[in-house]
Amino acid sequence: MSLFTLKNLQILDMPPLELELEAGQCLSVTGDSGCGKSLFLRALADLDPNPGELFLDGKASSSYQPWQWRRQVGLLPSESSWWLAKVGDHFPGEGAALYQQLAALGLSADILNSPTHRLSSGERQRLSLLRLLRNRPVVLLLDEPTANLDENSSTLVERILKKYQQVNGGVLIWVTHDRSQARRVAHRHLRFSQHDVSEVKEV
Amino acid sequence: MNIITLSAADLSLAAILVIALGAVSLKLKLGQTRQLFVASLRCTVQLLLMGFILKLLFAAASPGAIIIMAFVMLLSAGQAVTSRMHRPLSGRWSYFFGVAAMFISSFTVTIFALFIIIDIKPWYTPQYAIPLLGMMLGNTMTGVALSMDTLTTSVFQNRNMIEGRLILGEKWREAVQDQIKGAIRTGLTPIINSMATTGLVSLPGMMTGQILAGSPPMIAVSYQILIMFLIAAGTGFGVIMAVHITARHLFDHRHRLRLDRLAGDNA
Repeated sequence: MSLFTLKNLQILDMPPLELELEAGQCLSVTGDSGCGKSLFLRALADLDPNPGELFLDGKASSSYQPWQWRRQVGLLPSESSWWLAKVGDHFPGEGAALYQQLAALGLSADILNSPTHRLSSGERQRLSLLRLLRNRPVVLLLDEPTANLDENSSTLVERILKKYQQVNGGVLIWVTHDRSQARRVAHRHLRFSQHDVSEVKEV
Repeated sequence: MNIITLSAADLSLAAILVIALGAVSLKLKLGQTRQLFVASLRCTVQLLLMGFILKLLFAAASPGAIIIMAFVMLLSAGQAVTSRMHRPLSGRWSYFFGVAAMFISSFTVTIFALFIIIDIKPWYTPQYAIPLLGMMLGNTMTGVALSMDTLTTSVFQNRNMIEGRLILGEKWREAVQDQIKGAIRTGLTPIINSMATTGLVSLPGMMTGQILAGSPPMIAVSYQILIMFLIAAGTGFGVIMAVHITARHLFDHRHRLRLDRLAGDNA
């Protein structure tokens, strides 16, 4: 039985989308801007109404409480939001594990004391990933997680995501504009075009 | 002390001041000249109409007439709330929610005042019921309009933040709590400020009126204190209710932020 199943999902005016993803799989999502990739991720996080159905572990999304669903199916948006004054306020009760993760992403522990409005876009992106991982999501929806990062940091993010998946055995759905990244991280590939979406063998 | 009646000529003198203000606003290109004149005109016509109706009501003193009057005032207040919002809810929801909140708070407080505090007999004595309700509604309306406007505007502006919180597994009420608090605070600020400065900086209209009409100052003062408390309670509960039902309406059963429920903008 597949871990994450999409039935009859409706994105813009495209034909309905059907997809079954097994534990440990990573699906890359590519396509031009404005084709509906972000809408696709929003639909999976149940942020927009959709006539389609989603199943996690064989259970329909409607049988989860909405907030439980979003903790299990975690979306990393391309633009993160920080509503508390300091970075550390968004990581309450975290100890050594967080410091390790910060270091693994090339961030110093001091960053927890910085005001959130002072963060660079690259720091925001990496921190928002760590914030999302605290929920231990089974499915990770990644909207260009390395868009604002240099090559070195991108590699660190790819590495931490792969490791997370190895340990937790979930599903990654990874939107990227970088085809070599898609080939590097994903086993399956979804391609969005103007009025169509389909799974392709090669990116 | 006899009340000095004002003639139409007296009022025209006061109107000249407004016309002068209009001329200046035209000169400064404030773009509010038209609004100023329409508002002055409406104020005159509506008050004359109200005076006429009050005259009839005072003569009739029937509970049915008072109740009809009260509802006309309530529905007009609902209309005013909606028209003051930059981003009203689509459909007639802003109107319904505004009316519901003002009805529950203003009417409850007015009835409480009429039956229990002032204990006037009969309760529908129009000299008490209509001015009381009018003051309650007027102030509650200001607070409700201000707070509903603040809520929808700030939810729209902070949509990414609110969704960012939903994404991390918060319930709708947590995700929008900052906007709810901000909107309630904005709605309550005018009455709190006005209570804090009344008697020191400003002499409230009702008290001034009573004194002009010959009431002893202490009686006018005690009525003013009563009214201030009633207005604070009515506005406060009205604002809290209006903000909560409006916020609730902006989310669906799956705790999704539904900006498509705001009129005019589906972004």
